[in-house]
Amino acid sequence: MSDVHAQTVSYVRETMLPEAEPPVTERGAIKWLRENLFSSWLNAILTILSLFVIYYVLSHTLGWMLYGIWDAGSLTECRQIRNELYGEDASVACWAVLADRWDQLLFGFYPQDLYWRPVAALLVFFVAVSPILFEGVPRKLFYLTAAAPFICFWLIWGGTIWGPIVVALGFVIAGAIFRYGAEMVGPLLAIIGAFLVPILYWLLLAGPLTGMLNSIAPIGMQYVSSDEIGGFMLAFIIGITGIILSFPLGILLALGRQSDLFIINKTCVTFIEVIRGVPLIVWLFTASLLLNYFLPPGTNFDLLLRVIIMVTFFASAYMAEVIRGGLAALPRGQYEGADSLGLNYWQSMQLIILPQALKISIPGIVNTFIGLFKDTTLVVFVGLSDPIGFSNLIRATTDWNGIYWELFIFIGLCFFICCFSMSKYSQFLERKLRTEHR
Amino acid sequence: MTDAQTSPVADRKIDRSKMAVSDEVAIEIRDMNKWFGNFHVLRDINLTVNQGERIVVCGPSGSGKSTLIRCINALEEHQKGTISVDGTLLSNDLKNIDRVRSEVGMVFQHFNLFPHLTILENCTLAPIWVRKTPKREAEETAMYFLNKVKIPEQADKYPGQLSGGQQQRVAIARSLCMRPRIMLFDEPTSALDPEMIKEVLDTMIQLAEEGMTMICVTHEMGFARQVANRVIFMDQGQIVEQNEPEEFFNNPKSDRTKLFLSQILGH
Ligand SMILES: Nc1ncnc2c1ncn2[C@@H]1O[C@H](COP(=O)(O)OP(=O)(O)O)[C@@H](O)[C@H]1O
Ligand SMILES: [Mg+2]
Repeated sequence: MSDVHAQTVSYVRETMLPEAEPPVTERGAIKWLRENLFSSWLNAILTILSLFVIYYVLSHTLGWMLYGIWDAGSLTECRQIRNELYGEDASVACWAVLADRWDQLLFGFYPQDLYWRPVAALLVFFVAVSPILFEGVPRKLFYLTAAAPFICFWLIWGGTIWGPIVVALGFVIAGAIFRYGAEMVGPLLAIIGAFLVPILYWLLLAGPLTGMLNSIAPIGMQYVSSDEIGGFMLAFIIGITGIILSFPLGILLALGRQSDLFIINKTCVTFIEVIRGVPLIVWLFTASLLLNYFLPPGTNFDLLLRVIIMVTFFASAYMAEVIRGGLAALPRGQYEGADSLGLNYWQSMQLIILPQALKISIPGIVNTFIGLFKDTTLVVFVGLSDPIGFSNLIRATTDWNGIYWELFIFIGLCFFICCFSMSKYSQFLERKLRTEHR
Repeated sequence: MTDAQTSPVADRKIDRSKMAVSDEVAIEIRDMNKWFGNFHVLRDINLTVNQGERIVVCGPSGSGKSTLIRCINALEEHQKGTISVDGTLLSNDLKNIDRVRSEVGMVFQHFNLFPHLTILENCTLAPIWVRKTPKREAEETAMYFLNKVKIPEQADKYPGQLSGGQQQRVAIARSLCMRPRIMLFDEPTSALDPEMIKEVLDTMIQLAEEGMTMICVTHEMGFARQVANRVIFMDQGQIVEQNEPEEFFNNPKSDRTKLFLSQILGH
């Protein structure tokens, strides 16, 4: 044995060969180019074609954008400056419209000296959602999250501070009845009470109470009516409220559609199918025109509020179907595992089923959010001045009559940034939640 | 008989000192019938299980074994007859059902661990939410049982990172954390690779030695011989034969049992 060994291992290298680099065609940029752009004839042709298209587009637009004129009071002035600088037939952008009207595009007719208020509301919103979006943010912030809707409302619309506080009190009452009522009058009565008492309170008590508190301690800010809100601020208000409200509503609808309880099941199915089966624009017209017939005469039900409700319903129907897909994708074993441990329905939904179903549905959910946010541009048809509406208003002025691209590029870019951020966040979330290693 | 059927447990001396069967009734099933639509899946099941009994249920595939033990913790509804567990009658009252479920542990063929939670969270979830145990205490209990099934070092991993045998042991630990008085096993080893079967069976034997009331659907006849005090044979939704393991294997009464045993034991 050892003899054989000695013979077969007659040569032993004593020094290591120096490390060699891979051949030049297999490393760095050249390798990347070869693998990704020129791996085959077809690929090479496509690469060259794409390069040509990119060149063609950029050569026609880059100059137009970069040499654009920022400093002018009207389109005519823009043209004059262009003639002086580049000559008559040069084509350059007139960004001056943005410099001149950015405030309206962003805030509508919101009073200029109060611009800080919507900005502050947006900041409050971001701080309030941070504990939901990211781990590692102090949990105490959840108190702010609960208060944020009322703070934001007050910041944007202003008026007496007692309004939002009195309304918020209704939720506190509901919570207290739900929490402590179960022991005193039984769970079913507590749930019914938690619904009915706050509604009665809001309808009957909230108004007089606000008035009374306000006359005792008149604390408030300048009131801004919904008519003055427009531009991206409007898109954000509708979009964000719609997203926040449609998410829980969508979950409830999805669960309802899975329910064995006949009435709940059929109600949810009908709601989803009816809302989803009719174009959003029809619902918006319904909100703006028809609702007035149904509401008691004299009630002034804010158009913005009506639109938000419709957009929320519309998005929640889609959301419900997306989440239902996630629920259906879970193996039955997960439900049985939860049941076998004695978790009740809401516990197993909250702890086992929904975390997984929602994780599966993240792409679809974010897709719905993005759709909802872009659909806010449709409100222009019911007379609200969203960014598109404002671009129309701006183009109708004598100063800026005849300008198109600059405004639409700006609006498109703003929407793109928002939607792309949502998409990026959803990818981050999917990576973070990936726990299976199968 | 093939060695594979007995070997997993054969190398272990089983301590029968605590395996006493008491007079106290743990599960009582009377004239129970179940249908899936028009399909009569369980017919006139009568079964009484005393505290401390270890029962193995076997029978051909589709004979209703899973359905029977799933009825015991109300994962399936029965349509006729009565089932009472620890004196609680299983009716449509959700309160009763939740109570029974928290007293009865169940281990599934495919583990059914929660993939989005760590092993420790899998084990503490039900104690915290159902039993309202403080988190610290629940974690201590969970570590105690994870130690017992010999995987305390995996506590912070996710189920997807564990082997099948380890996952099944976690599933057993998860059930034990609820301190159940009865454990149901539905073919706990049939989704496992052969080399992992032993570790799971060892865990189950350990449980039996501590006096746990167990109903196991399994085809591990070695386990049945050594641990069970009663073997039940089911076919076409009926309990065809039940007996002590020695009698059952050496002296089966019905032809169907004989046929089944000859097939499964490869005589
Ligand atoms: N949810 C169900 N719906 C309809 N039929 C079912 C369902 N579950 C099981 N069955 C049927 O009931 C019979 C018994 O199933 P099961 O108890 O799983 O058998 P085993 O566990 O003995 O293999 C099988 O014929 C099966 O097809
Ligand atoms: Mg089965």
